[in-house]
Amino acid sequence: MDRPTRMVPRPTPDTQHYWDGARAGELRLQRCDACGHVYFPPRPFCPACAGREVSVFAASGRATLASYVINHRPAPGFDGPYAIALVDLEEGPRMMTNIVDCEQTPEALQLDMALEVTFLELTDEIHLPVFRPAGGGA
Amino acid sequence: MRPVSAAIVGSAETTELGKIPDMSGTQLHCDAALNALADAGLTPADVDGIACAGESPTTLALLLGITPDWVDGTQVGGCSFMLHVRHAAAAIAAGHCSTVLITHGQSGRSRVGMGGWGGAGAGLNVQFELPYGPVGPPTLFTLPVLRYMKTHGVTEEQLAMVAVVQREWAGMNPRAYVRDPITVDDVLDSPMVAWPFRKLMCCLVTDGGGALVLTAGERAGDFPHRPVYVLGTGESVETPLVSQMDDLTTSKAFRVSGRQAFAEAGITPADVDHLMIYDAFAHLPLYGLEDLGFCAPGEAAGFIWERNTAPGGRLPLNTNGGGLSYTHTGMYGMFAIQESVRQVRGQAPAQVDGVTISVAHGVGGMFSAAGTVVLGNQLP
Ligand SMILES: [Zn+2]
Repeated sequence: MDRPTRMVPRPTPDTQHYWDGARAGELRLQRCDACGHVYFPPRPFCPACAGREVSVFAASGRATLASYVINHRPAPGFDGPYAIALVDLEEGPRMMTNIVDCEQTPEALQLDMALEVTFLELTDEIHLPVFRPAGGGA
Repeated sequence: MRPVSAAIVGSAETTELGKIPDMSGTQLHCDAALNALADAGLTPADVDGIACAGESPTTLALLLGITPDWVDGTQVGGCSFMLHVRHAAAAIAAGHCSTVLITHGQSGRSRVGMGGWGGAGAGLNVQFELPYGPVGPPTLFTLPVLRYMKTHGVTEEQLAMVAVVQREWAGMNPRAYVRDPITVDDVLDSPMVAWPFRKLMCCLVTDGGGALVLTAGERAGDFPHRPVYVLGTGESVETPLVSQMDDLTTSKAFRVSGRQAFAEAGITPADVDHLMIYDAFAHLPLYGLEDLGFCAPGEAAGFIWERNTAPGGRLPLNTNGGGLSYTHTGMYGMFAIQESVRQVRGQAPAQVDGVTISVAHGVGGMFSAAGTVVLGNQLP
């Protein structure tokens, strides 16, 4: 029997660019053409000014650790205690993620530490953005 | 009585209609919303009330960037939108809000983003949260807390003290699910759930229920019990995704809801004799005390540590023992109101002396929504 795996996202038309980007190794965000606001999660209009002219761009992938918990309960697709994290992207938006290539302990996971995006290949279609310590990834 | 006067000033359908394979149901709500607002010459910034069915108002608020003063997610099937209109007219007449947006959107034919049968799904939480392994509220509701603790220098011991003090109240209540006294060390030594949260910092899981009967204030004197008047109410929603909170150290929904309820009642925190704050987890009383204005940002942990909310303190809080020690069926808000009613009537097991005003503040989802009720024993 296959081991249970973590939830695999199914893209919608409004999020397709995000998952296409992840498969291409890019963290893609959206920026409003009218007011310049950068936002996440994806939607085909600007939450700041309601403008419908928006552009997709590749984010730097740089982020800092905003907050997290270390889950000690069993979860499909995860081994042992693991951190569920919130990271602040350099471009402004915040997102949920996991921190990889790093011990999953309060000592190793320091708030505000510098992170960089990397991708976890869940399926051929879906590569999941996760983050690792900047510069120090294995 | 103010006359009921509401009018429809904007009206539109989605840009496309029929077969729309490139939009999820959620985006159909938004597309129709933007079109109707344009029809009225308005933008989302002009909207202060939202209603929808088939999608959560929390999702609508996040995606359109609306901070509502009034929310109706009434979901009773195909006629839900007639009900929304009715509620909205009443809300406008009552002054709860001035500009209401009611939306419908459904990918009924193409079924884009409808979840499917294979376990994979397309909702915002399924795409942007669940792949990272959260296991329900203990790993979602708790996510902002480390940031709160670092910002304000709050310790794990202080977080544990919230549970310790509430257990003291539970000890005075024969109906409380757990009543034995606990210490800070007991809390810190209880099984780790999601660091920094231990089992004793998380709510109970119980069975139970509650109900309320309301009448017009003028009639309230005709019933057997001393009337408990609704002096003020508030509500709001912020986001279905905890990652998208405006600020991890404060709840926007709490602040908006509390501000409305206190203003409507014409009170300040200094007027409150007794307080209930929905405590699914130990950090919620900290956020509640600060966002409702009882404490300045960062001061709630010290306020509780110094026993201000404990038996004998100046602001008795969660006097039934709370979700941590009294009961927590899943939707605990009803029990917070029940305890406020008992305290205002003077019938609580751990009765506080001279309660004239009690506030019950609830949360929905993971900081997704909030509701606040101010109750009192005097007709306003
Ligand atoms: Zn914009």
